Amino acid sequence: MRCQECEERQATVHFKQIINGEKKEFHLCEVCAQEKGYMQMPNQGSSLHDLLTGLFNFDSAPLGAQTASTQQLKELQCPSCQLTFSAFKEMGKFGCATCYETFSGRIDPIIRRVHAGNAKHAGKIPKRTGGSIQKKRQLEEYRAQLKKLISEEAFEDAAVLRDKIKALEKEGLDKREASEE
Amino acid sequence: MTMEHFLNEAISPWMREEGADNDIVLSSRIRLARNFANVTYPVLGKESELKKVHDFMKETYDKTSFQDYKNFHFINLKDLSEIQTQILVEKHLISPNLVRFPEAAVLISENEQVSIMVNEEDHLRIQLYLPGMKLADGLEEAFALDDWIEERIDYAFDEKFGYLTSCPTNVGTGMRASVMMHLPALVITKQLNRMIPAINQLGLVVRGIYGEGSESLGNIFQISNQITLGKSEKDIVLDLASVVNQLIEQERLARNYITEQLGVSLEDRVFRSYGILKNARIIESKEASKCISNVRLGIDLGIIKNTSKNILNELMILTQPGFLQHYAKRRLTPRERDVFRASLIRERLEMEK
Repeated sequence: MRCQECEERQATVHFKQIINGEKKEFHLCEVCAQEKGYMQMPNQGSSLHDLLTGLFNFDSAPLGAQTASTQQLKELQCPSCQLTFSAFKEMGKFGCATCYETFSGRIDPIIRRVHAGNAKHAGKIPKRTGGSIQKKRQLEEYRAQLKKLISEEAFEDAAVLRDKIKALEKEGLDKREASEE
Repeated sequence: MTMEHFLNEAISPWMREEGADNDIVLSSRIRLARNFANVTYPVLGKESELKKVHDFMKETYDKTSFQDYKNFHFINLKDLSEIQTQILVEKHLISPNLVRFPEAAVLISENEQVSIMVNEEDHLRIQLYLPGMKLADGLEEAFALDDWIEERIDYAFDEKFGYLTSCPTNVGTGMRASVMMHLPALVITKQLNRMIPAINQLGLVVRGIYGEGSESLGNIFQISNQITLGKSEKDIVLDLASVVNQLIEQERLARNYITEQLGVSLEDRVFRSYGILKNARIIESKEASKCISNVRLGIDLGIIKNTSKNILNELMILTQPGFLQHYAKRRLTPRERDVFRASLIRERLEMEK
């Protein structure tokens, strides 16, 4: 089949277009399809970066509302590295550690989208500086275990765990008292 | 030890060691992204600020050792020629991006198992390589290394978001665990393309040999985790390992299948490639990679004897543009490279006799 546009080359692009219920068939060669904008250039595919910055544009509110909210976002600026929120959305990178705090209200949806719905760290904690966080996480773990043991009516084990929790809590208190003195 | 040491050998000392499943898994890698708590990240930082990071890393860690990782060598990227930089990229000791950042540097251990990039997208990118399938060991060692570095640096860390990184895709653990695999039989049997979407669904990515955006050369693929937040490093590594182990199993089945089904035509394919490598006078890198992959498969299946397995690792890196020009001791046009590549491969195969 010849291309219906140039009537010269072989038609290799075939598709149907339906506009307002009116069906039209197209048989074009690649060159004409390209010219008419029916095809994507192979290199035009979105890079990972485009994809990411695309993800960050999460304000899918109705148009009117969106302009209002973008205006508000523009005013957010990191005091430490001067990165604005709109610049962050464009670049897809934070400028410093403080950015996370500065934009904390806005980045949760972005982070969730990138990390399959997760927004809370569950991994390693710095060994030297993360002591208090480590203890806090340990306490949380113990408490969850305790709940489970109680629901299973394993009261003896639960009692052991309860004492561990008490000891850990007391340790924290002692330290606080010591530092207050 | 000098810079020459890193440049002259195509394969790093650790690559010569035997690793688990090393007929299929070439190497395992753990990478941790870390930042200084109170310094602007390299993407926005002023040069004077980044220089402080650069100088601190040099003063604190140059010529130090940690466990098996002896004698860290600090290299300022500014001191390297274009070709030298390219070689470090080809050896996977630095990322292609590193050179774009001001005050960029790298610390490399003598055995080249550890490289710590300074002032890449994050202040620190700690990388640890192990031969074969050794993710669990790798994680343990990377943690120890991380703790050692943390003794002297206050990391940017947040209770909720974990290790704070420049890109939101790395936040949390800051960890990218990856495994480099040679999967020729899954490619020949056209199974891999079917498996990739399923692997993606598990939050893992399959890429070519030089990371993001690169195409697969010589049937070598890199499988790594995408998600860094919400799961512990251990769980991420376990998930990755289970997929890798399934791929290993599938690749072995596919190898058995093609051995039975293709028989002499598989042998023909292997020996044709061997013949090309042994005799070609001009060879492009794409063709070279394809042939090297076939020869390695032939070695693994016992079709080619008396040739070392390492040849794939070595030739893949040796025949990259940076190395070729380093050996030629001058810049080469693409055509000259193809000629030089062919002669290097012939020489290397001669050595196996």
